[in-house]
Amino acid sequence: MEIPYTVDTRADTGLNNVKLGIWLFLASEVMLFGGLFSSYVLLRVGAEAGTWPQGAEILSIPLATFNTIVLIGSSVTMVMAWASLKLRDLFKYRLYMGTTVALALVFLIVKAFEYADKFSHHLYPSESTFLGIYFLITGLHGLHIVGGIIVNSYFLLPGVKMWHTAPERFTNRVEAAGLYWHFVDLVWIFLFPVLYLL
Amino acid sequence: MDNVTTVGHAHAHADHEHELPFWQRYVFSQDHKVIGIQYAITALLFLLLGFTLMMIMRWQLAYPSQPIPFIGGLFGDANAPGGIMLPEFYNQLGAMHGTIMVFLGVVPLAVGGFGNFVVPLQIGAPDMAFPRLNMASYWVYFVGGVVMLASFFAPGGAANSGWTSYVPLAVIATQGQTWWLIGMTCLITSSLLGAINFIVTMVQLRAPGLTWMRLPFFVWTQLVTAFLLLLAFPPLEAAAFLQLMDRLVGTSFFLPSGLVVSGQALEVSGGGSALLWQHLFWFLAHPEVYVLILPAMGIVAEIIANNTRKPLWGYRPMVYSVIFLGFMSFIVWAHHMFLTGMGTYISAFFQTTTMIISIPSVIILSALFISLYGGSIRFTTPMLFALGFLPMFGIGGLTGLPLAFAASDIHLHDTLYVIGHFHYVVAPGTIFALFAGIYYWFPKATGRKMNELLGKIHFWGSFIFMNGVFWPMLIQGLAGMNRRMYDGGIQYQHVQDVLQWNSVMSWSAWGLGLFQIFFIINFFRSIRNGEKTNNNPWEATTLEWQAPSPPPHGNFLSPPEVHRGPYEYSVPGAATDFTPQGQRS
Repeated sequence: MEIPYTVDTRADTGLNNVKLGIWLFLASEVMLFGGLFSSYVLLRVGAEAGTWPQGAEILSIPLATFNTIVLIGSSVTMVMAWASLKLRDLFKYRLYMGTTVALALVFLIVKAFEYADKFSHHLYPSESTFLGIYFLITGLHGLHIVGGIIVNSYFLLPGVKMWHTAPERFTNRVEAAGLYWHFVDLVWIFLFPVLYLL
Repeated sequence: MDNVTTVGHAHAHADHEHELPFWQRYVFSQDHKVIGIQYAITALLFLLLGFTLMMIMRWQLAYPSQPIPFIGGLFGDANAPGGIMLPEFYNQLGAMHGTIMVFLGVVPLAVGGFGNFVVPLQIGAPDMAFPRLNMASYWVYFVGGVVMLASFFAPGGAANSGWTSYVPLAVIATQGQTWWLIGMTCLITSSLLGAINFIVTMVQLRAPGLTWMRLPFFVWTQLVTAFLLLLAFPPLEAAAFLQLMDRLVGTSFFLPSGLVVSGQALEVSGGGSALLWQHLFWFLAHPEVYVLILPAMGIVAEIIANNTRKPLWGYRPMVYSVIFLGFMSFIVWAHHMFLTGMGTYISAFFQTTTMIISIPSVIILSALFISLYGGSIRFTTPMLFALGFLPMFGIGGLTGLPLAFAASDIHLHDTLYVIGHFHYVVAPGTIFALFAGIYYWFPKATGRKMNELLGKIHFWGSFIFMNGVFWPMLIQGLAGMNRRMYDGGIQYQHVQDVLQWNSVMSWSAWGLGLFQIFFIINFFRSIRNGEKTNNNPWEATTLEWQAPSPPPHGNFLSPPEVHRGPYEYSVPGAATDFTPQGQRS
């Protein structure tokens, strides 16, 4: 017996295995970042008056705004990559997926400059609880970006072989990777106002 | 009686299995049954280890500051000079006993072991939905276990801040705590991978005709458990990251301002919150309690239906209860924190939710008790353990009520009463159910039964000594004896009257250890020499008994179909007193 519904949709649930799996994974990710955001709230509320800085006093809003645009752009190209597969256009898929990976790298490079700038001003995580949580949440988010780059690069280069043997399954995989990528994007959309603007 | 299997053509997979080299079949296997057995054996070894740590601690509690006999010399001068246990070593053993029992023993056995082995069979699936993920889940768990064990050899020994790792103590503790956090991160990751896999499997891979209300109760408990693991564990992962940052990078998430350690002000930025750790920890650890108990209830329900030869009484209310229980378990966590000064309004809220959560538990337990009524009970070894579970879990649950009220908890908090309470839930409760499950599904895994006589000796010995260990805890706790007492409480005036129980408990613990030998012998002997059985030795109805014993790769000889509910025992007019789910009318 083969494992069913790896590609097809199960009639009574309306899902294939991969899609349900990735949504469940994202649910757990929501709880992970939810835990960290809740910690942020509790720490900030519990801080002595006047000790918690405004994000803008320490962090660079222009850089973060630029990164927000980069990341939203990469989400758009990710959708286009998946749509290209649906339209059976492998060339465009490669183009859009390549752009997605490139934009993700741009994001990380900007982030690295931000970190380096903080360190050069002796702003380390141990300096204050605000900086601690800033480095932890953005660091964890950065690791998620790295994970996304690895997965997307795999689907861009070696993984694409599957397109020739099982195109539908490959499309589903790219869709799942896309869902993950949008989630990582979404975390940043929350993270940006909370850490930089408030 | 050809209801068991329609013996079809040999499947391509059966041949395929023989082509795989040894290490792919038994070590890095992707077959849910092999992974389930790997989980079960690893977890049983960890249970034995965790229990051994406790048997060593019990010497110190019964005979404080006397050299540990026989093995005292093994621990080295750093831990036990002259064989006499040092307080630091006692703390390590205590913290690791809890950690090992909960995270490396019971959960991996209940979820990783039984869940992996039984669930795909019971829903008529060829395997888990993601076999490679399943393998990864086991090996990440294994690495987590190795990290935990290795921490004993770290400078300063293993983690010693209790299994709860309360801050700020844990932040300033020795290096073992860092190992503990890394190990926990592995275990959490493993549970997450497993939980995703279980849910997808149960939602997607149910055999044709196996609708939700035809699922065996065990599958329901595993489904709810998987959701608890999926959603409750990540906040602990977040907490572990925060604590790792505190320990390694020098942040002070959990370190309030003005902390003084050993007479010196701690040089940190401060401004953190010690309560934050407790919130994040218990947000996981209370659902974790239900992760420990729900699969156990599922196992007991299967065995009771099978051995009373009756349908479960109140299957639907039980299902609704278990779903409600899962939901409620997310909003009761702060009843562990009544004494932290978090405020009376918050206490009142969590006291109320805790009262509410006892209702579905009582419904399930009552339904299981009522299921016994009017049955012609087969007193097999698994049934004895299942029957033992009922009153033991009942005691565990009822002793929880005084802890749930903020007022009475003031007296009982952090006493041995708490220890007695949750051990009644987990040890003679969950662990009895797990033993029951091993005796019950052993024939499916091996094609042979375990020995009944040895099994019964194992049961009665365990039953008596379990109570010998845990009942006195309730007495000592009510008298006000605190938990985590290195010397068993001899220096406290107010517990002098209950000190004599210390040696009763210790000798009971060692007696309990002695009776486990019957299980170990039985287990290994039966693998080779147990009585051979057919595919359905217990005359059970659920799908796993339709597969060959042991099931081949791919499980079923022909794709199963389901035509009826899970517990059609003693149906009037039927040819036998059990009607398998796969049997057409």
